[in-house]
Amino acid sequence: MFLALRELRFAKGRFALVGIVIGLIATLVVLLSGLATGLVDDGIAGLRALPATHIAFDEDADTSFSSSVIERSTWEALAEAPGVEAAAPLGNTLFNARTDKDLPVNLALFGVEPDSFLAPAVTEGEPLGAAPDGIVIADTIADLGVGIGDQIRLDVVGTTLTVVGIAPTGTYGHVPVVYAPLDVWQQASFGHTDDAADRVSTVALRLTDDADVAALDTAHHVQVVTLRESFHSSPGYTEETRTMQMIQLALYLISAVLVGAFFVVWTVQRRQEIGVLKALGATDRLLLRETLGQGAIIIGAAAGFGLLVGVLLGSAVGDQVPFTLSLGPVLSSIGSLALAGMIGAAFAIRRITTVDPLIALGGSR
Amino acid sequence: MTLRLDTVSLTYGDGDEQVRALDEVSLEVHPGELVAVVGPSGSGKSSLLAVAGALQTPDAGQVVIDSVEVTRASKTERARIRRERIGFVFQSDNLIPSLTVLEQLLLPLYLRGKRPRQGRDAALRLLEEVGLSHRVRHRPHQLSGGERQRVGIARALMNRPAVLLVDEPTSALDHRRSRDIVELLAKETATHQVATVMVTHDHSILHHADRILSMEDGRLRPLESRTSAAAVDPPRG
Repeated sequence: MFLALRELRFAKGRFALVGIVIGLIATLVVLLSGLATGLVDDGIAGLRALPATHIAFDEDADTSFSSSVIERSTWEALAEAPGVEAAAPLGNTLFNARTDKDLPVNLALFGVEPDSFLAPAVTEGEPLGAAPDGIVIADTIADLGVGIGDQIRLDVVGTTLTVVGIAPTGTYGHVPVVYAPLDVWQQASFGHTDDAADRVSTVALRLTDDADVAALDTAHHVQVVTLRESFHSSPGYTEETRTMQMIQLALYLISAVLVGAFFVVWTVQRRQEIGVLKALGATDRLLLRETLGQGAIIIGAAAGFGLLVGVLLGSAVGDQVPFTLSLGPVLSSIGSLALAGMIGAAFAIRRITTVDPLIALGGSR
Repeated sequence: MTLRLDTVSLTYGDGDEQVRALDEVSLEVHPGELVAVVGPSGSGKSSLLAVAGALQTPDAGQVVIDSVEVTRASKTERARIRRERIGFVFQSDNLIPSLTVLEQLLLPLYLRGKRPRQGRDAALRLLEEVGLSHRVRHRPHQLSGGERQRVGIARALMNRPAVLLVDEPTSALDHRRSRDIVELLAKETATHQVATVMVTHDHSILHHADRILSMEDGRLRPLESRTSAAAVDPPRG
């Protein structure tokens, strides 16, 4: 790196310029990663918090929570099926609602049997089942000023529910999750029909490691997916993740092209110098290593800059935006950015190998 | 002898456009000998340097540098021969812009895979020899043309080469500085016992050469006297 470092110092203005641009892109990548994690979390945190390994949808529902309907006989049979440690009906419907103080809240109503493994552990108040119409609300709704004993009325269906407990239930489809006893959820979702008590959207399962999912599917006319796969059933989840991935991919591409363009110009400008170095006996390998080293230093510094500024900005955005910085996604996206930059540099500096040392000799031949 | 070219030929182009840059050129240069090659541009002088400097492989003939046959050497072998056995002095301004004068001299060590710092003392001694002790920390753009050429000569000698190949060393210099540079080349050739070939079309600097050869249409032949040299190609300016 004898040459690389001295050239960096000598042409620091040019290197700083490209470094800052990559650094700003890196900042954007960090912010985007935080936003992607936050947004995705906002869509599925309530599902992820479920103490289940799999979700069973009805086989015709195309793993959609809103169109899946499972009968009592099925969830009772599933509970006894081989490979199933536990099975519990899980109702899931999005509602608009109002508190008795006329505060509008949108919520995802999860209906569960109060004595099943799905019942949330409350951090405040009574558990599910303490009152026939008692619900456990998300702590984020409590933060809006809704407390224990307050009433929440679901729009359209008009069901009135009483808050008995508060728990960190998370969110589903970007709205907070509220747990209701299964029969309350059934009446809110299906009305006061005779067979309402025998129907639910899905069944949450705890399967053993060696459970035969395909056998469960055929035996019970259901479609069993892992909890993680069920995230895709959350409204907008697939679209959101794909959009974020597209933006990130575009940024990686920009970084690769930018670094590539810089090193093309850098190499072309130094053609004569490269020729002299080769005439003095420098090998292609040494020259490529030196220039790649410069690229690595610039990109490394830019990634560090982006990480620092991104984290600082990210921690300043507060609760208004779903923003979650988690180490894994941030490092992997910064790593991808750096890799893209290095690929760009590598492509650009291939032309070093085509420089003929003969150009060091001036004049005509 | 240290540099030997034996009936070397080099042809450019093909078909009717063929140019014979070197036509069965033979040349032997001994350690401590300064050979000047004069000739008009396009006469094949640069091709002579390119072949003698292992930059280019001739079509026919044999090139031996420091008892190593380089004619059929591969690209990487030729690069190794260049950094270990050959010193190049190019036309002015072929220094590396980002390096200080001292670092220009340490560069050949680095290219040989050695720690540049090891050469510090030797580099400072060489810079004293060429009269640049006061310019050690300067960069090329802060030097005059003559000073740059001195740095180039010192850099070429840094790896104790067997052969010193000098390409138009005075093309960017005025008369007095040209004379100084050639005097320096003659002195260093003797001090370091290198076989030096200097290509030029500046006839005013030939009197320091041990031998003067003339190149024309790819053929090399001895020049009898300075007067006839002037007849071939009168000095410029």
